[in-house]
Amino acid sequence: MYSEKVMEHFRNPRNVGEIENADGVGEVGNPICGDMMTFYVRVENGILTDVKFKTFGCGAAIAVSSMASELAKGKTVAEAMKITNADVAKELGGLPPNKLHCSNLGADALHKAIENYLARQRRTEKKECHCPYCGAPLEGSAICAPCQARGRK
Amino acid sequence: MVSGYFDHAAAAPLLPEAREAMMPFLGDEFGNPSSLHRFGTKPREAVEAARSSVAALVNSRPDDIVFNASASESNNLAIKGFAQAHRDKGIHLVASAVEHVSVLEPLKSLSVLGFDFTLVPVDADGVVHPDKLAAAIKTETVLVSVMHANYEVGTIQNIKELAAVAHRYRVPFHSDGTAAVGRIPVDLAELGVDAYTFPAMSVYGPKGAAALYLKRGTRVQSLVEGGFQEKNRRAGTEDVAAIAGFGAAAAVTKTRLPEWSAGMARLAQRIFTELPKKLDHVIFTGPVPRDSGRVQPPFSPAESGGSPLARIPGHVSVIVEFVEGEAMLLFLDDEGIAAASGSSCSAKTLKASHVLLAMGLPHARAQSSLVLTMGKDSTDADVDRFLEKLPPIAQRLRQISPLYAKFRKGEDPYAVKRGEACGEPEAEHE
Repeated sequence: MYSEKVMEHFRNPRNVGEIENADGVGEVGNPICGDMMTFYVRVENGILTDVKFKTFGCGAAIAVSSMASELAKGKTVAEAMKITNADVAKELGGLPPNKLHCSNLGADALHKAIENYLARQRRTEKKECHCPYCGAPLEGSAICAPCQARGRK
Repeated sequence: MVSGYFDHAAAAPLLPEAREAMMPFLGDEFGNPSSLHRFGTKPREAVEAARSSVAALVNSRPDDIVFNASASESNNLAIKGFAQAHRDKGIHLVASAVEHVSVLEPLKSLSVLGFDFTLVPVDADGVVHPDKLAAAIKTETVLVSVMHANYEVGTIQNIKELAAVAHRYRVPFHSDGTAAVGRIPVDLAELGVDAYTFPAMSVYGPKGAAALYLKRGTRVQSLVEGGFQEKNRRAGTEDVAAIAGFGAAAAVTKTRLPEWSAGMARLAQRIFTELPKKLDHVIFTGPVPRDSGRVQPPFSPAESGGSPLARIPGHVSVIVEFVEGEAMLLFLDDEGIAAASGSSCSAKTLKASHVLLAMGLPHARAQSSLVLTMGKDSTDADVDRFLEKLPPIAQRLRQISPLYAKFRKGEDPYAVKRGEACGEPEAEHE
C-alpha cells in the first residue's frame, strides 16, 4: 500500500524529537482526526539550522513529517515557506489517494512553526529597550552610557 | 503452518478437509447442479450434502439454509430481502449500534426507499440490554437484527433473551453470527432466531460461500433474481466447490470446536494477564475476564446490567494509549505479526470504529485500538512473540508521539480546542 520510500521514512524517521527553547513551534491536526504533528524550528541568521518533530499518526503521517523536516533543514525561512504538502508527497514517491488529505500535513506544521518564529520576532522588535531619558536603544544596562555619564541616576 | 497470524476475522486458513472436498468441482465435476443430465448429478449431490452438514453445525434443518457468496450478502438478504417482503406489515427496522456495516448500510439504503430504522445503544462493554431493545421496537417494526458476537470487541450478546423480547412484540429476529460460529457452540433451535448469518470462513472454509439460515415460513425477497436456485431466494449458478468446502469445514468444526475454543480462550487469557505487566497504559475493551487485572478506564460507566458478560474465545481488543493503530500494525507486520485496528487511518473509510464510539470510547482513544483474532492453529509461541514485540514498538512510537510528550508533562493529551475541525491548524503556540 505504501511506497518503499514511505516505509523507509516510517521505519527510520529523521529529526524526531523536540528542540529545547525552540525559536518556533507549530502544531496541526488533533488526536480525534487520528493525525497530529508538532514541529520545532531553530533559526539562525534566517536559516533553519535545526528542525525536529513529534507525530501521532499512521505510517504516512510519520513519513511525511520526516520528509518535511529533511526538506526544510538548512533552507532559508523564505525557501522553507515555499515547501508544499504536494512537494513532500512527491519526494516520498507518492501517497495512497486516501492519505493525501488527512496525513499529508507536514508542510503545514512546518509553516506554522516558522510563522510562530516570525510572530515572536515581531514581538521582540516591539519590546526593544530604550533609555528612559534620551530614547537611545539600550543593550543590557538600565540607562544609556551618555546619560549615566551626565550623572542621572 | 502460519505463525504470528492474529487476524482470523479478516481471513482464516482453509482446512485440508475443505480443500479436498473442493477439488473435484475444480476439475472433472464441473457440471451445473441444475442440469438434468449426469454432469449435474455429483455437483447437485455435493451442494445438498453440504447443506445438511452446514445445517447440522447450527442445529437447523437443511431446507432452512440458503447458500450465497458472503456473510455480507447474507446480511443484505436478511435486511433488505426481509424488509421488501414485509413492506405491507410495516416500514420500521431495529438493529444494534455495533452491527457490521453490511447490516448498517442496507438499513441506510432502505431509508431512501421510505423505510425507517432505530439503532439500539450498547453499554460500555458493547452489550445490548433487553430493555433498550424493547424501547426501540414500534408497532410498525418488521425486523430486529442484533449480531451474536462482535469481532472488534468480542462481546457475545444474549441472543436468546433478545430474540424473546422481539417475539414478545411479534417481531422476527435476525442475528449476524459471523464472529460467533466457529468460536462458540451455536444452536439455532435453542436461540429461537428467525434468521442467522454465517460464512464458510468462520469454520475455516473457503471464501465465496456463506449461509443465511431462514426459519421455515420466513419470507424474504431475493436480491438476485432470474433463477430458481436456493428455492427462489438467491438466483445464480451455485459456487459448487466453495459450498462443498463449506460443508466439509462445517463437519470438521462441529467435532473439533470444544477443543479449539478452549485453546484459543487460554491463549487470549495469557494476553489479558501478561500484556499489562509488560506495557503500561493499555486498556482492554469489551467484556474482559475478571481476573485479568483490568484497570477500569475512566470513561467506562460500567453499567453492565446483570447479564453475564462474555467474550468470544481467542479475541483480544486493546487500546494502546498515545499510539496510532495503523503505525502499530505496520511495525507488527515488520515483525511477522498480523493484527487489525479500529483506527480511522487503518480503515479505508478513514473513520474511527463506530463500535468503539458506540461504547462511549472517546474518539481520540479509538485511534489507538488493536484487535487480535486467534484461530485454531494459534500457538503459545505466537503469543510469546506478540508479548515480546508489541511493548518496544509501542514505546518507540510513544517516543515520537506528541500526545505522550504532553502526558509526560502533565498536560491533557486529548484536549482539543473548541470548534476545531479535523485538518485545521490550531491556535498559535506561545
